[in-house]
Amino acid sequence: MDEARVLLEVKDLQAWYGESHILHGVDFRVREGEVVTLLGRNGAGKTTTLKSVMGMIGKRTGSVQFDGQQTIGMTSDRIAHLGLAICPEERGIFASLNVMENLMLPPQVRPGGLPVEQIFELFPNLKERISSQGTKLSGGEQQMLAIGRILRTGARLLMLDEPTEGLAPVIIQQIGRTIARLKQEGFTILLVEQNFRFASTVADRFYVMEHGRVIDAFANADLDANMGKLHEYLGV
Amino acid sequence: MFNISTQALFAQLLVGLINGSFYALLSLGLAVIFGMLNIINFAHGALYMMGAFCAYFLLNVLGINYWMALILAPLLIGFLGVVLERTMLQRLAGLDHLYGLLLTFGLALIIQGLFQNYFGSSGLPYAIPQQLTGGQNLGFMFLPNYRAWVVIFSLTICLATWFAIEKTKLGAYLRAATENPTLVRAFGVNVPRMITLTYGFGVGLAALAGVLSAPINQVRPLMGADLIIVVFAVVVIGGMGSIMGSIVTGFALGILEGLTKYFYPEASNTVVFVIMAIVLMVKPNGLFGRA
Ligand SMILES: Nc1ncnc2c1ncn2[C@@H]1O[C@H](COP(=O)(O)OP(=O)(O)OP(=O)(O)O)[C@@H](O)[C@H]1O
Ligand SMILES: [Mg+2]
Repeated sequence: MDEARVLLEVKDLQAWYGESHILHGVDFRVREGEVVTLLGRNGAGKTTTLKSVMGMIGKRTGSVQFDGQQTIGMTSDRIAHLGLAICPEERGIFASLNVMENLMLPPQVRPGGLPVEQIFELFPNLKERISSQGTKLSGGEQQMLAIGRILRTGARLLMLDEPTEGLAPVIIQQIGRTIARLKQEGFTILLVEQNFRFASTVADRFYVMEHGRVIDAFANADLDANMGKLHEYLGV
Repeated sequence: MFNISTQALFAQLLVGLINGSFYALLSLGLAVIFGMLNIINFAHGALYMMGAFCAYFLLNVLGINYWMALILAPLLIGFLGVVLERTMLQRLAGLDHLYGLLLTFGLALIIQGLFQNYFGSSGLPYAIPQQLTGGQNLGFMFLPNYRAWVVIFSLTICLATWFAIEKTKLGAYLRAATENPTLVRAFGVNVPRMITLTYGFGVGLAALAGVLSAPINQVRPLMGADLIIVVFAVVVIGGMGSIMGSIVTGFALGILEGLTKYFYPEASNTVVFVIMAIVLMVKPNGLFGRA
C-alpha cells in the first residue's frame, strides 16, 4: 500500500464561510486506490474539508494537490475536470429533474467512468424508478442516485459525505458493499462518517478532525488499539 | 347586425391573440432570466424596444430586410445582454432581488431616455414584409397575413423554448443550476457562463418580440415601457419562474383582454390588473408558481 502514489495531498488547508474561520490548517493525504475516512464530532469541519477540496467554499488557503497539481486557486468546475467528484451530505438530488436526468446530469470529465448499465447493476432500485421525480425517491434510493451519478463521469477520487446518515441497516450494508466494490474497480474514496463501526468495515485509514484541524490518524489495522482514544474524540 | 358584431368579436379576439403573443414572449424571457439569475429584469421593455429599433436601422441604414432582422436583432441585442450581465448584473449575484430590480430599472430609464432624446416620442414606420402583406377572408372575419404569422411564430418560439428547457440535456443543466448552482458547478459545468448566456437568451427573446411588433405598432422609444407594465402583471399572475405558466398566462390574458374589449370596453385596460389582485390574494405565488 505504501508504494501507491499520493493522489490527494492537503496541507495547511484553511477555509472561511464569510467571516467565520472554519478550517485552521487541515493536513492529510489519500493514496491512489485507498478508502480514507474522516471522523469527527458534529461541526468538526469534515463537510467543510470536502467542500474546500472540491473548491465549493468561497475563501480557502493552503495547499490542495491532486495528482501533483495545485488546485487551491481553481474554480470548482475546473477541479471537477481533474477527476474529483463529490456526493454531498444533503445528497443534492434535483427536484426538477427525474431520476434518469439526475443520473445523467454530471458531465463526463475524463474517460473511464462506469457504464450506466453497471450503475443499475449496483443499484437495481434506480432502474425501476427511472422516470420518477428525483426527490420522490426514498432516502436510501436518493443516496444511491447521489453516488451513482458520480460513477459515470470518469472521476477517480470520490468524496462521499456521510452516505449512511439516516438510513436503514440493510441499505447501509448495501452502501458498504458498493464502496468495497468501487475500491476493487480502482476508485479512490474519501469518506466522511460519524458511524465509525460502518467506516471500519470499508476504510483503510482514518483521520480524526476536531475544531477545524486533523488531530490524529491511524490505520484500520490499529483500530482496536486506538478504540479508547477514539471514544474520547468522538464522545461516544 | 348580428354579423357585424360577430366580426367585431373575432376582430377583438385576434387583437387579444396578438397581444397575448407579445405577453407570452416577454414573460417567458422574464421567467427564464428570473429562474437562473434571480433578477427581475426591469430592462426587458427597453430591450424589446431596442429590438424593434434594431430592425428599423438594419432596414433603413443597411438595407437588411425583415427576415434577416428576425435573426440578427435578437443576436445583436442578446449580445448587448451578455455584455450587461458580464459587466453589471454579475456583481449582484447573491444579493437581494431589490438590487437587480433597481439596476435594471435604472438601465431601462437610461436606454429609454437616450432613445427619446434622439428620436422623440412619435413612432417610426416599419413596413410589413411584402411576403406577408394582404390577408385571408375567412368568411366570419378578415385575417391579415402578418398577424397570423405573428401568432404562429410566437407560439412556435415559446413551445420550442419550453421543449429546450424541460426536455433536453441543456435544459436539465439549466433546471439543476436554478436549484443548486454550486453543486452543478462542482460537477464540472461552467455555471457562470451558463448564467450569462441565459440572460443573453432572455434578452434575445425580448428583441425578437420587438422585431415582430415593428410592423404592427410603430417603432417608438416608449413602446416597451407601456407594454412591460402589463407583462409584469402577467408574470405575477402566472408565477415567477414557471416556463409553461408564463406562456399559457401570456396568451390567456391577451385573449381575455380582447374579450373584455368586446363585452365591456371600459374595463379592457384594467382587467389584467384586477385579475392580478385576485390571484395575489388567493395564490400569492401565482397560478403556476412554486412555493
Ligand atoms: N454555510 C455555513 N455558514 C457558516 N458556518 C457554517 C456553514 N456551514 C457550516 N458552518 C460551520 O462550520 C463548522 C464546521 O461545519 P461542518 O459542516 O464542516 O462540520 P461537520 O464536521 O461536517 O459536521 P457534521 O458531522 O454535523 O456534518 C460548524 O461550526 C458549522 O456551524
Ligand atoms: Mg458534515
